[in-house]
Amino acid sequence: MTRFFAWSALLFGSLYFLLPLVGMTEFSLKMRRGEYSFDAYRRVFEDPRFWETFSYSLTLAVATIVVGVFLVAPTAYWVRLKLPQARPFVEFVTLLPLVIPAIVLVFGYIRLYNTSSWLPMTGSAFGTDILLTMGYTTLALPYMYRSVDTGLRTIDVATLTEAAQSLGAGWITILGRIILPNVMVAVLSGAFLTLAIVMGEFTMAALLNRPAFGPFMQLLGANRAYEPPALAVIAFAITWGCMGLMQLVTRFSKHERAKA
Amino acid sequence: MSFLTISHLEKAFGSNLVVKDFKLEVEKGEFISLLGPSGCGKTTVLRMMAGFERPTSGRIRIDGQEVTGLKANARNIGMMFQAYALFPNLTVADNVGFGLKVKGVARTEREARVAEMLDLISLSDMAGRFPFQLSGGQQQRVALARALAPSPRVLLLDEPLSALDAKVRVSLRNEIREIQQRLGITTIFVTHDQEEAMSISDRIVVMNAGIADQVGSPFEIYNRPTTRFVANFVGTLNTFSVKVEDSNLGKVRLAGQALTLPGGFASSGPEMAIALRPEALRLGREPGYETVVMGRIEDVHFMGSIIRLRARVAGESVVMDTFNRADQPPPKPGTEVEISLSGKDAIILRG
Repeated sequence: MTRFFAWSALLFGSLYFLLPLVGMTEFSLKMRRGEYSFDAYRRVFEDPRFWETFSYSLTLAVATIVVGVFLVAPTAYWVRLKLPQARPFVEFVTLLPLVIPAIVLVFGYIRLYNTSSWLPMTGSAFGTDILLTMGYTTLALPYMYRSVDTGLRTIDVATLTEAAQSLGAGWITILGRIILPNVMVAVLSGAFLTLAIVMGEFTMAALLNRPAFGPFMQLLGANRAYEPPALAVIAFAITWGCMGLMQLVTRFSKHERAKA
Repeated sequence: MSFLTISHLEKAFGSNLVVKDFKLEVEKGEFISLLGPSGCGKTTVLRMMAGFERPTSGRIRIDGQEVTGLKANARNIGMMFQAYALFPNLTVADNVGFGLKVKGVARTEREARVAEMLDLISLSDMAGRFPFQLSGGQQQRVALARALAPSPRVLLLDEPLSALDAKVRVSLRNEIREIQQRLGITTIFVTHDQEEAMSISDRIVVMNAGIADQVGSPFEIYNRPTTRFVANFVGTLNTFSVKVEDSNLGKVRLAGQALTLPGGFASSGPEMAIALRPEALRLGREPGYETVVMGRIEDVHFMGSIIRLRARVAGESVVMDTFNRADQPPPKPGTEVEISLSGKDAIILRG
C-alpha cells in the first residue's frame, strides 16, 4: 500500500513538471499548420538578434563567473581559515541579493553611477557592461558562496594551508594550486548556476538598456506566438546541458572519486 | 653556538600563558622529542618553530639565522602533520615534488629528486597514485618524503604516528629514525607517547604546563628524573615512604629493612619518599640485591615476554615486572613472596 502511494506521488510529480514542458514543446513544433516542424526553431536561429543577444549574455556570464570566483573563493577561504567568527556575518551579506530585488539594485546603480555622478559608468557601453557584470555577480553571490563554502568544508583547509606554507608556498600558490583545484567541482557547480541566472536575467539588462538574452526573450514573447516556446525549449536544453556537464566534470576529476 | 637555539620563548593566548620561558639548544643532526600530556604546550612550541604561531616573546635561531619574525614559507623547514595533510588533488610524485616546484627547481632535477625520495620511503611504484588510494602508513611516508624533498634545515614532526594503528606506528617510527640518521637532519618530534619518545630520540624534553621540566637522554629521563612530574609521567613508579636514619650516609629504613640511597641524596627530615621502577623490584631472593621485603601478590598480568605483577609491600600497592620463563609459571594472586630491592635503584622524589 505504501508502495502504491509512493509510486502515485512520483507519477503525479512527474506529470506536474513534465506536462507543461511537453505541451510547450508540442506547441513550439506546430508552426506549420497540420504537421510538426522545426520552423519556429529555424526562425529563432535565423534571427541575428538571437545570436547577438545570446553571445552577449554568454560573454557577460563568463565575466561574471570569473569575477565571482575571484571574489568568492579567496573570501570563503579566508573566512574559513582566519575569521571563522565572521562566518554568520559573511553568510548574511551573501544572502542579501535574495532579499533585495534586482530592480532596487539596478535603480541604485543608475542613481550612483549615472552620467552626472562622480563615476559615470552608464556613460559608455563598456562601462555599463562592467556595471551589469557586477550586478550579476551580486545576484549570483548566494549560490556561488554557498557552493564554494560547501566545497571547502570537505577538505582540511587549515592543515593543507600549513603543509603548503611549510613547503615554501605563498598565498597565491596555495589558493591556485591547492585550494581551488580541490574545490573545483564546487566552483563549477557555482559557475553553472551563475550561467543559468545570467542567461535568464531580465530586469538589470533591460533597465540598463543592454542587448542581453533576457530582454530578447521578453521581446519575442510579447510579439510572436510560436517562437517563444521554441526559445524556452532551447533555454531548457542549455540549462540541462550545463547540469550534465557538471556531472561529467565530477566523474572525470580523479581525486574527487574518493569523496563520493 | 648550537644549530637550533630557542631562548626565552613564551606564548600567550589571551591571558592564558601556554608556553613559559622555554629554552632549548639543539645540535645539528640531533633527534629531539618534546614529550608531555595534551595541553602542555609542546605543539605550540613546534608551531612557533614552523612559523604558524607568533611567539609573544623570545627568539628562535636556526643555523645562525634569526627566524622569529620570518614567515612560515620563508623558513625552509619540513613538517609532518598528524592528519597527513597530503594534497588530495596531486599524485604521490607531485606531492613530493611540490616544495621543489615552489622553489623553482628545474624539471629534470626535480624528477630525479622525487625519484630519490620515493626510493627512500620504498614507494617508487606508487608515484602515479592519488593519496586516497594509499593506506594511512603509506600516506604518512609520502608526507615524510614531501617534507624532506626540498632539503629542509629542520624537520618538524607533529604527532605523525598518532593516527596510525599500533603495528604501523612502530615500523614507521623506526623508519623515520633510520632515515633521519641516514640524512643527518635535525629533527624535532612532538608526542604524548613516552615509549615512542624514548625509543627514537637522542634527547627528550619533558614538558609540563608550558615549562620544560627536564631535558636529557632517554636513559637520564627514565632513571634520573629531576622532578616529581617527570618521574610520574615517564614510566611507572612505585613510591615508598621511608624513615631516615642517617642523612649523611644515605641510610634509610623501608618496612624495617635497611637501604642505602646513592650518595648524599637522603633528606634531613625524619621521613622521605623514594620511588622504584617496576623492573628494580625482583621476585624472590636475588644475589647482589641489598635487602629483601615480604609482599602479597594481588594481581598478575601476563603480557608475553613480560609479566607485570601487582603486590602489596609495606602497605603500598606496587607494580613489578619480571621476564617470562617457560619453566617458571608466575605466582598466583594471594601468595606471599619475597621481593629483592636495592637502595641504589631508588629515585629520590623532590618538588
